[in-house]
Parts: sequence; structure tokens; C-alpha cells
Amino acid sequence: MELNTYQQEAFDYQRKNIETYGKRAWGWTIFYVLCILVGLYALYLQIAKGHGVTGMRDNVVWGLFIVNFIFFIGLSYAGAIIAGILHLSKVTWGKPIIRLAQFMTLISVIVGPIFILLCVGRFDRMHHLFIYPRIQSPLTWDVMAVVTFFAGSVLFLYLALIKDFSVYRDAKLDVPKWKQKLYKILALGYRGAASQKRHLLISQNLMAIIMIPLSIVVASILSWIFGMTLRPGWHSTIFGPYFVLGAVYSGCGLLIVAMWFYRKMYKLDYYFTDRHFKYLGYIMLVLAAGYGYFTFSEYFTAWFGSEKWDSELIHKLFNPAEYGWWTFFANFAGIVLPIAIVAIPATRKPGPITLVAFIMVIAMWVKRYLIIVPTLETTLLPMQDTRAEYVKYAATWPEWALTIAGIATFLLFFTVMSKFVTVVPVSGLEDTHTQHEQHQLQHEYH
Amino acid sequence: MKQEEINDKGRRDFIKTAAIATVAATACGSLACSCSSKKATTGDKVKLLSPNGEIVEIDSAYLKHEEHMAIVSKLEAREGIAGKKFVMVVDLASCKNARSCVSACQKWHYRPKETEWLTVKLLQDSEKAAPYWFPKQCFHCDNPPCVKVCPVDATFKRQDGLVLIDNERCIGCKFCMAACPYSTRVFNWDEPDQPFDIRSLTSNPETGIPAKVGTVEKCDFCPDRAREGLLPPCVEACPNGVFYFGDENEDTVSNGLETVSFSQLIKDRAAYRYQEELGTKPRVYYLPPKDRSFPVEKGYQDADSAIKERFKDYKDLLEAKE
Repeated sequence: MELNTYQQEAFDYQRKNIETYGKRAWGWTIFYVLCILVGLYALYLQIAKGHGVTGMRDNVVWGLFIVNFIFFIGLSYAGAIIAGILHLSKVTWGKPIIRLAQFMTLISVIVGPIFILLCVGRFDRMHHLFIYPRIQSPLTWDVMAVVTFFAGSVLFLYLALIKDFSVYRDAKLDVPKWKQKLYKILALGYRGAASQKRHLLISQNLMAIIMIPLSIVVASILSWIFGMTLRPGWHSTIFGPYFVLGAVYSGCGLLIVAMWFYRKMYKLDYYFTDRHFKYLGYIMLVLAAGYGYFTFSEYFTAWFGSEKWDSELIHKLFNPAEYGWWTFFANFAGIVLPIAIVAIPATRKPGPITLVAFIMVIAMWVKRYLIIVPTLETTLLPMQDTRAEYVKYAATWPEWALTIAGIATFLLFFTVMSKFVTVVPVSGLEDTHTQHEQHQLQHEYH
Repeated sequence: MKQEEINDKGRRDFIKTAAIATVAATACGSLACSCSSKKATTGDKVKLLSPNGEIVEIDSAYLKHEEHMAIVSKLEAREGIAGKKFVMVVDLASCKNARSCVSACQKWHYRPKETEWLTVKLLQDSEKAAPYWFPKQCFHCDNPPCVKVCPVDATFKRQDGLVLIDNERCIGCKFCMAACPYSTRVFNWDEPDQPFDIRSLTSNPETGIPAKVGTVEKCDFCPDRAREGLLPPCVEACPNGVFYFGDENEDTVSNGLETVSFSQLIKDRAAYRYQEELGTKPRVYYLPPKDRSFPVEKGYQDADSAIKERFKDYKDLLEAKE
């Protein structure tokens, strides 16, 4: 297809990234694979010896695996919402980061559900979910939601890639035969004809329109796995929106981190500009405020109402001898810090924003841990007449190994995908730089 | 009906059904050496129905009692016993944490040590109130939060009020455990330690055995025994007649010592259901611990050290009165 000069420039600039799989990429790939292998060994232990190798027990029946599931699935929903909005909106600055958001969507919706498989006692029976489905169960809703969402995110990403595939196909890239062939197949014979353009655009718009509400629905369903039970801290009417906001918020943070990372590694300063960090920083600030508001509402009503189990849970969360410091970290690093750093003009720079976004993503993981574990440790009947090791949850090394393996899988997918397609979409890119920026950046990097 | 009669009838039924079950199992080859050992024949022939519907005659020497053979199909086990509505009443005034119920339950279900379906809690309703022992089985709620959340219909509510689990369908997601507000359910984290002949049995929701790794289980009110007119082992084992088990439709409950009217009992003794406000509608009623038969600390003093260890945080409550 025809590219305008700006798009051609973007392609030429990134061409080498998809033509080569450099030493650094191989190094990381091997490292990730090693992490995954350790995780697989832990998985083998878990299968051979039973779930007794994990820290989960009769009271705390869910642990790190579910925390990771919520975390990754949240990133996924966030990516879809952000990419959907950026695709539909008229603002052009967002176009270069759509692909990163879509990467995040697809990769996390692959990695997240793996943790569900790790958490169930009998994953040899997972087909029961389809042959004996029971529609009343929020878990069945979630299965439907995740499957639908997975299909949606594959389509959404693929539709956005078709034009690029045709560019790669036509460019006679210096890549192996199979890769050329794959580009050709994936481009679906796209030539940039007017009717093709129109159909593609309509499909993309439709997918964007579908993905935004779908993300909200599926994030709410995820929250209802907890919200529908009668447990303190979970049985809350705001859990749906709380999870939606938490998902978008953490996803926004990770998008900033990914942007910074690729900007450094592929020298994409021309496409991921300071302005992108600033704008995403603003979005992060607004979401942080919203998330803080929800968190405050949750804790404040539970504390003020002071029902027996709510008080017990609040006491656990705020007692320094129990989860107090974690709660402080989750709320300070997860809410206060991002707001402060973005609000102060002096720190409103890519470096500090990325750092604070990175810490915030970790804090949001901790926050998910604080949603899951302390509630399960707060039983309605006193936790007596039970084995001492059943009272508290402490994750074991197989759980950590599998968590790290999950993160490694996530990063491995990112590495492989960014070597297969350009990180900044080539087609559909518009030059949005101000003249001043253009001058400065072109001078530096071209 | 007097308890003895119930037992007697139950025993007769039991022998009959067990015999059929043994033949069936042997024919299927699922039970190792039911008839294989050589025994002197007695010459006493018994007529039995074979799995293919034929009447066969077998020497009585080859008949063997098989406890725990499921006597109904899995499909029937999901339906429940027609016309019944099982109910339990627990007399808190008579409980002294003797724990015979716990060990009887463990024994009957071949539960590995320390993974109890039945636990005894020490509750204290408010700061000044007197603590009391609180045995807790599954409440078999009429609005069961666990059944609502099961994604594969592995746990289900039957017409006779029981909530059971099909551990061959359970995927082990543990959602039911998170959903149960009473922490009733237990999980087989590791391969359950059970005798070989139990492990080789065919699993059935009514027997609850054999336990399967990676699946959820819980108190089942022993419907296999109820079908035979027997009381659950916890009820029979209790030296103080704490548990009354029976049928709400018949309006009778029995603790093995006396059989009384269910409605009269809960009326006279001001029965309540635990945490009624959760809306789960339990099928277990509690009689308030008024006019106690035993001082509460007795349950702690007489317990063995492992059990004492479990209540060590409540020592003050229990030892102050010594």
C-alpha cells in the first residue's frame, strides 16, 4: 500500500527492529525461558505432589495465583479500553501508542488465565466448564467473559495490523522466507484499495466500539467472583466499578513503563515523545484520584459502620503488625505518589513519571493481594479447631516461581511480538508534532 | 418408631443391599477380592439379583459386608430421597467438647487425621457472655451460597434438603469454599491418605468416599446411612446426645437416646439458626446453651494436647474458671 512520507519514515526507522533478532533480544529470551523452565519445574511439583506445595489452605483458598490473575487480566482490560478510546478519538497524538496498548491487551489475556489453571485443583477437568456449565455461577460468567474478550482482543489487534502486514510484505524485508510468507498470508491481500480501506476502517471502529464496553463488563464480572460472596471486604456494591477503575489505572501505569522501555531500547523518542508521558501522566493522575476515592469509600464506610467482620478486616489491614505497612505502601505508592509526581511541574518528566508508574503497578499488585488474602483470613466463624498452619497464608517458592514465570512469559511475548511487528504502527500514523518538536527531534535522531 | 427398631430394620435392609452391591461390584471387577478368597461353603444359598437382571444363587460364604458401597446411582444421588427433608438440631447445653462426634465422623469417612468435616468451636457471643462449645457440621442451607457459585454443578442441592458434592465432577476451583460463610468445606490439598480398599471404591456423592485429590468435600449428613434408616455416626457417637437428626416432614428427630418431635423441640428450647441474618437458611438448628450439663472449661481440660494447642489463644477464657 502507499505510504506517505511520514509513514515511510516511521517504517524505515523501525525496519531493522523486525529484520533482526539481536544479541540483546536473544539474551533476554533465554533468560525468560529459564525463568519459565523454573516455573515449569514448580508446576511439575504441584501436579506430582498436589496443591499442598502451595501456601494455600482451607481458609485462605486463593493466593498468589488469583492475585496474578486479577493483575494480568486487569492490564488486559485496561489495554483494550485505552486502545479503543485512542482509536476512536480524533486526537492524533495517541495513534503511535495504540499498538503497545493492544500488545498489552492480548498478552495479558493469555497470561492471566494461565494462573486460573494453576489455581484449580483439577485442571485435567477444565473441560467440565464447557460440558457441565452452570449459568448461575459468576465463574461461568467469567469463563464466557474471558473467552469472548480473548477473541475480541485477537481481532482488535489483528485488524489494526493488516495494513502494516501489507507494508512488511511489500517492503522486501531482509527476513527468512517463512517470515515473509507469514506476512503475506497475514496481510490478506490488502492493497490499499478504497473498498478495502473502508471495510477495514469500519471493522476496526466496530471492534473498538465493542471492546470498550466489553472491557467494562468483563472487569465487573471478574470483581463479582468476589463481590457475590458474603465475605467482609468483598461483598460490596462498588466492587464492579472499583475493579474497572483499578484495571484501567494499573494498565495506564504499565503502558507508561512499556513506552519508556521501548523508547530507550529502540530510540523511539520521535514517536513516544515527552508529550505522551505528560498526557498519559495526566490520565494516570485522574485515575489515581478516582481509585483513591473508591478505596477511601470502601475503607471509610467499613470502618465507620464498624460491623463485626468489617472491623476485624479493617483492623487487619491497618494494624502495622499485620498488613498495615502493605496497606500504607499500596495506598501511598499506588495513589498519593503518582498524583504528587504528575501534579508537580518539576517532576512532570518522562523519567519520574515512569518511575512512579512502575512503583504504582507494583503497588496495585500489592493492592490486589490485600483484597484477596486478608478477607480470606477473616472468617465469619472464629478460626478455631483448625490446624495452626491453616490460619495464615504465606506464599511458597513454587507459587513465587510460577509468578515469576508468568511475568517472564508476559515479557517474552512482548519481546517476540516487537520483533515480529513494529512497535509504532506504520500505517495510519499521522505527523502530529508541532513544528518546534519536529525540528528538534529530526535534528537529533534522523 | 423406637431407635432399636430403626436400627434393626436398618440392619436388615443393609445386609440385603450390601449383598446386592457386593455382587454388582464383583461383576464389575471394581472391588478387589470380594469373592476370590477360598472359603468353606456353608451350603446356605442366597438369591441375588445380578447386574444384568438375572436371579443368581450364591453360597452365603461368599457374601461379605461392604460398608460404603453406594447403593444408588449418581443420578439418584443428585435427586435425593423422596419425601424427606433432613434436619439437625444441636443442643449446645449438653456439649462439652468430648469430640466423639469428630472421631466417629473421621472414622466413618476414612478422613485422614486432622482434616475434619466436623469441628467444635468455642464461641462467646459477647464480651460478658459465657463461652460455650459449638459443634459445626455443614448447615445444608436452603439458600446455599456454595451451590450458587459452583461453575460445573459439582455441588448441588437435593430435594431432601442435602447439599452434596460430586467429587468426580469437581474441578477444584475452591469458589464454594470462598463463598461458604461458615468455612465448612475442606480441600484435598494432597493425595488423601486412605486405605487401598477405600480408594478403589467407586465414588458417589452419597458416600463422600473415596476422597479425591484436588477436590472439595464436606459433611454430607450421611445419606447412605439415612437410606438404611441409620443415624449419622456423629449423632450415634455423642455420649451426651447433643445431636438430633431427623426428618422435618415426619416432624421427628432422634439423638439415638430419645426420639422427639422436631417442632416441639425447637419451640420448647427456643432454637435458632446460626447467622440467620446472612439469609442462607440453614437446615441445622441450635438450642441455646442454657442450663448447661457441663462447665465449659471441662472440654478444654479433658482434651488431649493437640486439641488444647488449637485453643491456646483462648486459654484465658477457659482456664480462669479452673
